[in-house]
Amino acid sequence: MSPTPAATPAPATAAATSPAPAMGRERRPRPGLSVSSARRSASKTLANAVLILLGLCFLIPLSWLVLASLDPEAGYTTELPKTFTLDNFAAVLTPELAFVPLLNSLLLSAGAAALTVVAAVLAAYPLSRYQLRFNKPFLYTVLFGTCLPITAIMVPVYSLFVQLNLLDSLPATTFFMAATFLPMAIWMTKNFMDSVPISLEEAAWMDGASSMKALAHVVVPLMRPGLAVVFIFVFIQAWGNFFVPFILLLSSGKQPAAVSIFRFFGQYGTVAYGQLAAFSILYSIPVILLYVLVSRGIGGSFAMAGAMKG
Amino acid sequence: MTAGTSTRPVRRPGTGPGHGNSGRTGSLWLKLLPLAPAIALLGIFLAGPIIFSVYGSFTNAALTGKNAKDPQFIGPENYADLFRDPNFPQSLWLTVLFVFASAIVGQNLLGLGTALLVNKATKAVAAVVSVCVVAAWVLPEIVAAFVAYAFFFREGTLNQLTATVGVAPVDWLFEHPMLAIILANIWRGTAFSMMVYQAALNDVPQEISESAMIDGAGGALRLWYITLPMIRRSIATNLMLITLQTLAVFTLIYVMTAGGPSRRSATLPVMAYEEAFRYSNIGYGTAIAVVMILIGAVFSVVYIRLLKEK
Repeated sequence: MSPTPAATPAPATAAATSPAPAMGRERRPRPGLSVSSARRSASKTLANAVLILLGLCFLIPLSWLVLASLDPEAGYTTELPKTFTLDNFAAVLTPELAFVPLLNSLLLSAGAAALTVVAAVLAAYPLSRYQLRFNKPFLYTVLFGTCLPITAIMVPVYSLFVQLNLLDSLPATTFFMAATFLPMAIWMTKNFMDSVPISLEEAAWMDGASSMKALAHVVVPLMRPGLAVVFIFVFIQAWGNFFVPFILLLSSGKQPAAVSIFRFFGQYGTVAYGQLAAFSILYSIPVILLYVLVSRGIGGSFAMAGAMKG
Repeated sequence: MTAGTSTRPVRRPGTGPGHGNSGRTGSLWLKLLPLAPAIALLGIFLAGPIIFSVYGSFTNAALTGKNAKDPQFIGPENYADLFRDPNFPQSLWLTVLFVFASAIVGQNLLGLGTALLVNKATKAVAAVVSVCVVAAWVLPEIVAAFVAYAFFFREGTLNQLTATVGVAPVDWLFEHPMLAIILANIWRGTAFSMMVYQAALNDVPQEISESAMIDGAGGALRLWYITLPMIRRSIATNLMLITLQTLAVFTLIYVMTAGGPSRRSATLPVMAYEEAFRYSNIGYGTAIAVVMILIGAVFSVVYIRLLKEK
């Protein structure tokens, strides 16, 4: 995602447009070619060395975060704390600093994800089940929406929210977030739905069920893993989104952790680096866990097929 | 929408005629009804603001004062101002530089390189390094931005590292703001390209590469003449996606440098934010947003064409 996302999306939507953790995938076993085995083992050593160096470049900046969170005298330098302590975590675990912002994050992300999944399932159904002349243009219009930089529309969205008197409203912000993730979600959901055979619904229709009943009782249960992927995908992006709530939510009691953490960093004269790091970790843990869940457990290749197919 | 009265439902191929459809009565509009929530969300919160922004960019809307209550239509004056504003070409250039250096060169090449190395290296090394690269990408954007800030800070980790080889500390964020945010964005975003390329490389049949090797083609030749042409579609898709994502990056830059010092890292999203919310020229900020939407739209169209070719 991430993406901005998107979201971006955004990247943006874009920050991350498709979760494609291919790491776990097995590589084909190579037939042993004795001709070049010596050269191959040398190139393997070289590859290992370069990769380890690269891994360190990615890891070192992160090490500050972990070490500072455990250091009672943390600053911007990366060093082993003289004494390890969990005081930083204890200090930020107050209603005002952690619980209210994290609860706001939860409401915002879960609300946006739920709305997105419901709207995407409903929208995907006609797109997947009837071949209408209007499908293709609609889907490409939606895809076009996926690509637009969300940062670009924040100024007009702000104006719109002012006009409609929606500024500083948690529900309105949730709806806006849902809308920004919806294009991607419609694409993913439609691809998942295409792989559910229509013959199963036909049996339900024969029994007199309406198409909506068939959708609810036949199709949705069959694509549960795919829908979980869409939900988690939106949740992660909404949880990590800073810019949207930063612009649209004004009162500190309504702001999610992404914004409260910034106030933490920006406003107080002396930054409590250790607490900042500790809170950053607390705030990051849910999305890391969800990411691991998506990439390893649920869905598997089925889920990824929906995400990666154009 | 584009659904005219001439649109007629067509059965999906592969399902026999006569079943199902006759059982479900109802007009085309009833069938399209499930699309309503998605269209409403997209219409109000995405299409609305975009259309609204085109109008808004022709007004002198402001955050405060007389023009906040009753903005006047001023015609293309904002655009005229924008093209006279010496800050605009600078922001445009910085945006191009940022996208080119951090996404097209940095993330793309490093992602491809890492994916190739991961395929060559020992499994355990590949797995651990992949996790390090992905970690920077999974973290919420604002946390990644703090981490990058701490890394490039005057008393930060990078200067600690360079000091060990006897280099005098450099105030990266102040003296080389663009370099710092470009490196930070490479660090943050490479995982996406790496995963796209890992998936693509896994689909390249091993046999072709093997037979070329038997014919005596070296690693670089095989990469250039076999592997890269076979994954060219993934390369194109990846380039488009990361371009769009990077075009929208705001949080990373805002936290690290806030566009400074003296606008030396103010890309278009930062400039739009500053104009609209700090100097409260909403109309002017909207004009910048429209330019960004247009740039994003051009890339989106190219991207959709690429996908359509499939």
